[in-house]
Amino acid sequence: MSSLLRNIIRLILFILVQVFVLNKIPPLHQYITPYIYYLFILWLPFSMGRSSLLIVSFITGLCLDFFTKSPGLHAAACVAIGYLRPFFINLLMPQQGAEFNYREPSATSLGFTQYVTYVSVLTVVHHTFLFTIQAFQFGNIFYLVLKTLGSTVISLLLVTVIEIIFIRKQKFLTNT
Amino acid sequence: MRNIFAFIRRFSVLLFFLLLEIISLTLLFRYNRFHQAAYMDTAGEITGSIEAQYKKVNDYFHLKKENEELRRRLNEVQNQLLQNFSSPDSTQRIITDSTSVDTSGERRKFLYMDAEVVNNSVTQPNNYFTLHRGSKQSVQPGMVVISANGVAGVVLDVTENFSTVMSMLNKQSRISASLKKTGESGRIEWDGVNPRLVQLRDIPKSVKVQKGDTVITSRYSDFPPGIMVGIIEKVILEKSSNNYLLQVRPANDFSRLQNVFVISNLQRNEQLELENKLKKKK
Repeated sequence: MSSLLRNIIRLILFILVQVFVLNKIPPLHQYITPYIYYLFILWLPFSMGRSSLLIVSFITGLCLDFFTKSPGLHAAACVAIGYLRPFFINLLMPQQGAEFNYREPSATSLGFTQYVTYVSVLTVVHHTFLFTIQAFQFGNIFYLVLKTLGSTVISLLLVTVIEIIFIRKQKFLTNT
Repeated sequence: MRNIFAFIRRFSVLLFFLLLEIISLTLLFRYNRFHQAAYMDTAGEITGSIEAQYKKVNDYFHLKKENEELRRRLNEVQNQLLQNFSSPDSTQRIITDSTSVDTSGERRKFLYMDAEVVNNSVTQPNNYFTLHRGSKQSVQPGMVVISANGVAGVVLDVTENFSTVMSMLNKQSRISASLKKTGESGRIEWDGVNPRLVQLRDIPKSVKVQKGDTVITSRYSDFPPGIMVGIIEKVILEKSSNNYLLQVRPANDFSRLQNVFVISNLQRNEQLELENKLKKKK
């Protein structure tokens, strides 16, 4: 399956799961809103240029926004992690050239600790951005911090479950 | 000039990032202010049709409860039928006016239309839900929506076959409501925190209020008067003002909305026209 086709299917699945499963479950607690769709952006291939990464992130966010009737809200958060992603990959890359040996970020390509850091940092960035924009109208810092923390923990739990259930086969690419 | 180009080239990704952020934030804040955006029309039709498919499956899980609520509502209406009343005095005659559509169009104020909820959210600070009924089926922005249990929201935006409704659980929602016992009216708001509690403000402290009192829509709201809003859960005395802050438990379970009624106020335009005239004079 080509990389493009796989990513399109992935985007559709992530958006559908977010809209029809996670957004439908009755509120667990006032501090918890689970998110998973942004994992699509974290899984995009290394080979993408930085501008195209931004465009894809923007479209991802906008797709979800059409369902939640809040145009621009998730798009803004997605563009933020799409912009920060290359910096973190450069920082956390274990040895020079992993981006040529593997197709996309995962526990095998980045190394377990690095991958956990990568996912958690970008999750925190996404949630902070999202809830800050949502909270512009009323300034309760305490509520904002707790909501970000609670949702981050639950989202990371979901990411772990997804990583365990769907093991992505990572081929070691060589020149030969 | 050359330096400018060099600058743009060097920071092109950063500039592109900022541009996208500005676009998304503009979309967001413009949408909240004017409640509609042109491109949401097509997107609304597409997402609406996907949601209608999802609803077909999801409906089966709530049939039992939905049935109970409809039966209760039917029972209420049945009790108002003409056959239930009789007078020993034969000079009096009891009649009910049961025309569903008033052909003369003069007396009828509220017209009820049924609709299905195809999408719904309760977890955001600003919640909306989508109805499978649009401008082709005579829904217009500004109409109000109730369910069999009570107040649900106000129609914001319509496409041909779908309409989006601002739920009562929305931080921008303002609904005029009054206490059933004493009749004082205030406004219902939501602070965006707990979907099982909304706030009733502007009730003066001179009124006696108790936990368990009923809150209904007031005579001044767009809703027909006397529709159930909820039950007072907690009475808080605000120190800074002369009013109570009342925590109200909504009669509707918003996470389970399925069949609702859209209510059109046929005399609303006339009333608005008159009131706008007064504003212009000022």
